[in-house]
Amino acid sequence: MSPAIFVLVAIGLGLVGWLAARSRAWAFASNEGARLHSLPNYHGWYVAMWAFVPAVIFALVWNAVSPNLVMQAVLSDPAAAKLPEFGITRDTVLAEAMAVASGSAQGVFNPLARELVEPARNAMRLYSIIGLVVTVLVGFAAGVFAFTRLRPDFTARTRVERGVMLGLLVASLVAILTTFGIVASLLFETIRFFGMVNPIDFLFGTQWSPNPMGDPAFTNSEDYGALPLFWGTIYIGAIIAMIVAIPLGLMSAVYLTQYANPTFRKWMKPILEILAGVPTVVYGYFAALTVAPFIRDVARSVGIASASSESAIAAGLVMGVMIIPFVSSMADDSIAAVPSAMRDGSLAMGATKSETIRKVLIPAALPGIVAGVMLAISRAIGETMIVVMAAGAAANLTGNPFESMTTVTYQIVAMLTGEGSFDHPATLSAFALGMVLFIVTLALNFFALRVVKRYREAYE
Amino acid sequence: MNNPELEGQVAGFSDAGPAKISANKVSVFYGEKKAIDEVSIDIHTKYVTAFIGPSGCGKSTFLRTLNRMNDTIPSARVDGEILLDGEDIYRSKMDVVQLRARVGMVFQKPNPFPKSIYDNIAYGPKIHGLAESKSDLDGIVEQSLQRAGLWDEVKDRLSDSGTALSGGQQQRLCIARAIAVDPEVILMDEPCSALDPIATARIEELIDELRGRYAIVIVTHSMQQAARVSQRTAFFHLGNLVEYGRTSDIFTNPREERTKDYITGRYG
Ligand SMILES: Nc1ncnc2c1ncn2[C@@H]1O[C@H](COP(=O)(O)OP(=O)(O)OP(=O)(O)O)[C@@H](O)[C@H]1O
Ligand SMILES: [Mg+2]
Repeated sequence: MSPAIFVLVAIGLGLVGWLAARSRAWAFASNEGARLHSLPNYHGWYVAMWAFVPAVIFALVWNAVSPNLVMQAVLSDPAAAKLPEFGITRDTVLAEAMAVASGSAQGVFNPLARELVEPARNAMRLYSIIGLVVTVLVGFAAGVFAFTRLRPDFTARTRVERGVMLGLLVASLVAILTTFGIVASLLFETIRFFGMVNPIDFLFGTQWSPNPMGDPAFTNSEDYGALPLFWGTIYIGAIIAMIVAIPLGLMSAVYLTQYANPTFRKWMKPILEILAGVPTVVYGYFAALTVAPFIRDVARSVGIASASSESAIAAGLVMGVMIIPFVSSMADDSIAAVPSAMRDGSLAMGATKSETIRKVLIPAALPGIVAGVMLAISRAIGETMIVVMAAGAAANLTGNPFESMTTVTYQIVAMLTGEGSFDHPATLSAFALGMVLFIVTLALNFFALRVVKRYREAYE
Repeated sequence: MNNPELEGQVAGFSDAGPAKISANKVSVFYGEKKAIDEVSIDIHTKYVTAFIGPSGCGKSTFLRTLNRMNDTIPSARVDGEILLDGEDIYRSKMDVVQLRARVGMVFQKPNPFPKSIYDNIAYGPKIHGLAESKSDLDGIVEQSLQRAGLWDEVKDRLSDSGTALSGGQQQRLCIARAIAVDPEVILMDEPCSALDPIATARIEELIDELRGRYAIVIVTHSMQQAARVSQRTAFFHLGNLVEYGRTSDIFTNPREERTKDYITGRYG
């Protein structure tokens, strides 16, 4: 039986509770002439909440535990004694039986499974009926409890408000808890990885050549030196990309806030913001198919023989272009937030427009601009698609932008999609790399937000 | 002077010498809306001229035409003629940068730059290339702060941020900043409205001291302030200059009924 039915039942209970409580409240008002503390609707919502929420919670719990109960029942069937004790056959047979019993599969391959279908189906039917009955009982009991509390002076409104607040709190916790879950799983795998590879070698080693097919028992820590990846990430994302994005982003922000006429600004700002929404894979194409070959040809023609068709500079340039709207929109906001009194003061001193911008507006907006740049860097170093398509796989520790370089994100993709088994250190290294990236971007965002906050306070 | 009513009074200024600023039938429009209607007025060096009048009558607007700060408002348009030492400041060859160096401005809310006290003062002289050397600049900074009566309070912390000063100190810093470029005229738009009475008294003293060197125009909502600091008072109403004369005359013996109503407080 699908969970949707449980939810429908709970909604039905809630509806009944709502209607009953509302008419009860009306009755207080009209028959007894009492002054209600809360509107009848609030009484309705109060009882509806009581009828609905516990029932749904029970249904969710039941959905989680009932497969185990069914499994227990099936295993206690005499036919189950014929199953092998352990191993993959046992699991597949059971899974087949369950699938057929629940109707999601038609036939079975294993004759033993066919014998188990019937007990499984019976158990499922039994437990879903039990579940449904208990759901109704829970909802009903809670609803009745709530209903008996209704009085004319009952503070239903306050309680409903509190319920709404709790609901919102739970909703906001979902995202946070998910993040914690992600971090926890990253952390877990990272610790496993560091059980096989020395963290010092990982963080400071200069040679990156994991062999996903090698025997994990003979892992050589020295093959897991991630320094070239960190360097590639910083060189492409924080240096080359920023050399492009900071001046262009800043200048476009200055133009838009200070020079552009309002109509132009009205059109340009959304267009820039749309650019920020172009899928990165599109930029990746552009980097790999247009920019990289072009740069290689130009570099070769001026005599740089080492220029490769996958180069750090191609990826960095395109990434920089991708980040421009990001920098420009943050800079735009912080320049626009500088009080106009500041600008007027400077103009009244006889400063020209560009002097005012250079000497007053940008210094005053600097904290916001710096924060924008930090956020932009954290985006750039987490960017994957462009580097996968244009930067290459070779872990080079070099300052030559025309050579191929690789980044943390590239290697995460490569290691996770590689042929290595899941507990091979090469695969696990992806988690350690992800952890490093996570910590760095978190720190950047944290500092950026603090700077922005301090800066906001300064002007309020 | 084209306003016959004002003829007599202006004649009375014969002791004042030639006008520093002479406005002739100046009208200001914001888009279609007329905010100043054919105002003519002469402003003299060594006098403080007060602009008074009810809110929205155009005092700030008119003040801003005198150093072309209206240029920063896209919808604003100025008609008529404003002469600074006999030269039209709205002529096409006028260099606004030069003009604003000669006609400085202090705003209603103190607006020091988020820079050090020193850099706040040095800002103007640097822009206009007034200092040849670091010691020149130091001299200008010290002198300006001294004239603004702020030197003793800040001489030990010139590198602190200008925004860290109190409101009254900030306003004196802004005055010091304005006089650092050695202007000829200083325009002040309600310079004390954000300050407490003590800070206000301090600024008023300062205005009185500065009067000897500059032509000062001050917009104020306080009759007492106008009476205390100014020698000339102009009363504006609905974009018109209603009456202009010696402050003592305006306050004791106004010619116009509207002026009288306003200064006796019978008027919004
Ligand atoms: N930037 C602007 N755009 C459009 N209209 C404006 C602008 N600034 C002022 N005005 C209008 O011009 C008129 C005069 O305004 P102004 O600020 O000069 O008055 P004010 O005498 O300084 O008043 P207050 O004493 O309140 O400062 C007002 O009606 C005002 O609404
Ligand atoms: Mg004003």
